[in-house]
Amino acid sequence: MLSLEPAPFETMPGAAVELSAWDIVLWGVLPYVMVVVLVGGSIWRYKYDQFGWTTRSSQLYESRLLRIASPLFHFGLLAVIAGHFFGLVIPMAWTQAVGMSQEFYHFNALLVGGIAGVGTLGGILLLIYRRRTTGPVFMATTKNDKTMYVVLTAAILFGLWTTLASVFEGEHGHNYRETVAPWFRSLFIFQPDIAAMASAPFSFHLHTLVGMALFVIWPFTRLVHAFTAPLHYLFRPYIVYRSRDRERVNARRKETAGSSAARTTGTAARRGWSAVGTRDRDTRNR
Amino acid sequence: MRVMAQMGMVMNLDKCIGCHTCSVTCKQAWTNRAGTEYVWFNNVETRPGQGYPRRYEDQEKWHGGWEVNKRGKLVLKAGGRVKKLLGIFASPVQPELKDYYEPWTYDYKTLIDAPLGDDFPVARPKSLITGEDTKITWSANWDDDLGGSTEHGHLDPIVEKVRRESEDKIKFAYEQTFMFYLPRICEHCLNPSCMASCPSGAIYKRVEDGIVLVDQDKCRGWRQCVTGCPYKKIYFNHKTGKAEKCTFCYPRVEVGLPTVCSETCVGRLRYLGLFLYDADAVTAAASVTDPQELYDAQMDVLLDPNDPAVQAEARAQNIPEDWIDAARRSPVYALAKVYKVALPLHPEYRTMPMVWYVPPLSPVVDLLRDQGHDGEDHGNLFGAIDALRIPVEYLAELFTAGDTDRVTAVLRKLAAMRSFMRGISLGNDPDDSIPESVGMDSQTMYEMYRLMAIAKYDERYVIPKAHVEQAHDLEEMGCSLDFDGGPGMQDSSPFGEASGRPVPVAVETFHALRDRQTSNEMGSGPGLSGRVNLLNWDGRGAPPGLFPGRSNASADSASVDNAPAEDQP
Repeated sequence: MLSLEPAPFETMPGAAVELSAWDIVLWGVLPYVMVVVLVGGSIWRYKYDQFGWTTRSSQLYESRLLRIASPLFHFGLLAVIAGHFFGLVIPMAWTQAVGMSQEFYHFNALLVGGIAGVGTLGGILLLIYRRRTTGPVFMATTKNDKTMYVVLTAAILFGLWTTLASVFEGEHGHNYRETVAPWFRSLFIFQPDIAAMASAPFSFHLHTLVGMALFVIWPFTRLVHAFTAPLHYLFRPYIVYRSRDRERVNARRKETAGSSAARTTGTAARRGWSAVGTRDRDTRNR
Repeated sequence: MRVMAQMGMVMNLDKCIGCHTCSVTCKQAWTNRAGTEYVWFNNVETRPGQGYPRRYEDQEKWHGGWEVNKRGKLVLKAGGRVKKLLGIFASPVQPELKDYYEPWTYDYKTLIDAPLGDDFPVARPKSLITGEDTKITWSANWDDDLGGSTEHGHLDPIVEKVRRESEDKIKFAYEQTFMFYLPRICEHCLNPSCMASCPSGAIYKRVEDGIVLVDQDKCRGWRQCVTGCPYKKIYFNHKTGKAEKCTFCYPRVEVGLPTVCSETCVGRLRYLGLFLYDADAVTAAASVTDPQELYDAQMDVLLDPNDPAVQAEARAQNIPEDWIDAARRSPVYALAKVYKVALPLHPEYRTMPMVWYVPPLSPVVDLLRDQGHDGEDHGNLFGAIDALRIPVEYLAELFTAGDTDRVTAVLRKLAAMRSFMRGISLGNDPDDSIPESVGMDSQTMYEMYRLMAIAKYDERYVIPKAHVEQAHDLEEMGCSLDFDGGPGMQDSSPFGEASGRPVPVAVETFHALRDRQTSNEMGSGPGLSGRVNLLNWDGRGAPPGLFPGRSNASADSASVDNAPAEDQP
């Protein structure tokens, strides 16, 4: 019934694998569903829940453990993200073209990735320990937070598992740059190389699925704060002026430029399509 | 020159009796919510004392405000942009709840619900953070009236500094001490370091009146502003995860009402008014190398509203005419720059604070009186000001970055005014030599006396209304049906109950408030007389006045009668 064409790249190791319906759903459909939820959810949240868009920091309650755990986790995570970028986005052919041997790449990836992964895991475990044992912090923990922590920790754990498995299997280990990475890249051209992904070992499947689950819940948890990482701080002026009433300034400009009739229209009836409310309360500027 | 208007406040510390009414009314108005239990937009500190949060003035520890680096450039004391971003995952210098205090309530229910027994039931203190039983060890004004000062008075960072610099020790023994109160709100600085510290750019200064606000939608809870503000007047709401701060009661100020703290001040010590300042000159003024010259630099940034050139420039910058007029009549400008008796709090933080203080003469007067001298005589007062090094040094650390001459000059003016006006009150001829001895003339001194001692309501508060009347006609238009030709739109003149444009609630409240303030009766508005107060209603029956009267009962019944008729074709 599923007459989906096999992967177009015949040289791919996964080409010979027979695709099941599950493979198609998990590696051909789910990624796109995930992206739709992630993007759509984030846009929805950004539009309607600016007030809830915050780090919800608990530093006020406890900072001794946070001071170690939070930077450990976050910097570790940044390194992990960078590692994912190198592993998934940059094709193996490229690194080989610049003369990087497979062994050298792997050694590097596992060393740096392992350190970053262990740091991230240590960080989050310490954060969870702190959250559980510090009374006020635990009281401020919502069900949403708990769900998020489970998924996030699982994603990190399974990710670390794939890395450690590679370390112990050494030469005979699975090369994800021939399976997972091509699949990941093929998603972006809307021709998912499902077969390649299907041929990857279970540990990678598990990590990818949990990762996708994390991205699906992302917009609805406190994780959204990552999307507003304040990089523009590096470029904005220190002092921010804002007019109480930008629209009024514009209106006055129009008034002076054009007709003088506008001066008396303070109480004039509004058009049916003009928004109701004042700038402070409405959502136009969000 | 870019002229901008700034709402400012002056507090006359001689009049502060430390009653905390401002703090309480402010809290009731703004921070009586979950998550802001420990937040005091306005607090009153006893000085010498540690302040709130504890030892917030110790910038070696808290890294608040600005400093000038080796190249003479103004930089945040807590570090530049990159350093701030690198430290964002756990804000490195951040007061904890223990630096404020753990807010609590009492278990009052036990007092009522406890079963009959031999012991009196007790209302135990319960933490508002954990809900558990708690031991109260500190609060926002724990060292009120020098309470416990023999034990921890030396922890006041200014006491520490003055002690380091002088051989004498500030004594906390009852008969040797001095004391005054320092009410504090957000300084609404011209060069705010909280704003510069905010990674999200959520803190902004309003162009119209210079009030510094936090955009609650843009704030992401990075907490850098708490570190950045040297006055620690930005608080983190631990429930919403957003920063909050004093709003200068902008909804009141916009309609010409004074802030809650000013309005309710028992001692009437607060003054509100406008400054005109040159926004282009602020950074240069804040970058002056010698901290003791910051006061003069700040003075130069303030523009003379009577100067025609300034007025012309203000008009060019679209500052309305009544605002320029208000700036001319501004009591805060008069106290800060004309009479030069109001000083900024901690100018050395380089934020150009816009809440000013008239330093208290009372420690000096009290001391003279206690020693049996005439505390009203200017000779005695002048001598005492010069002799009483420690109070003056302490005040100088607060208001002039340690420049005692400046504080002495202000205190001498206050002493001269006191002595000069006593002479007049006793029916003597005005002694012109007294004002002259502090570089003033009799007329100016009398005017200063009038502003500071008589302090009429209209002279204390010169608040131009915001010109948002037109834009805010749209405010509170909840009914989306009253568009052109829509069912909610009554285009006729007042016929029927709902005809005419709805009155915005803010305007209604404003008029009701004014009626109440200017009349002797409660709820004397024409629409309110004869109404039943629902708080006193016992819930039985419908006494007359429960519902507002129908102005056109006949018209309504007519429409009801007509309704079925319309159904029939």
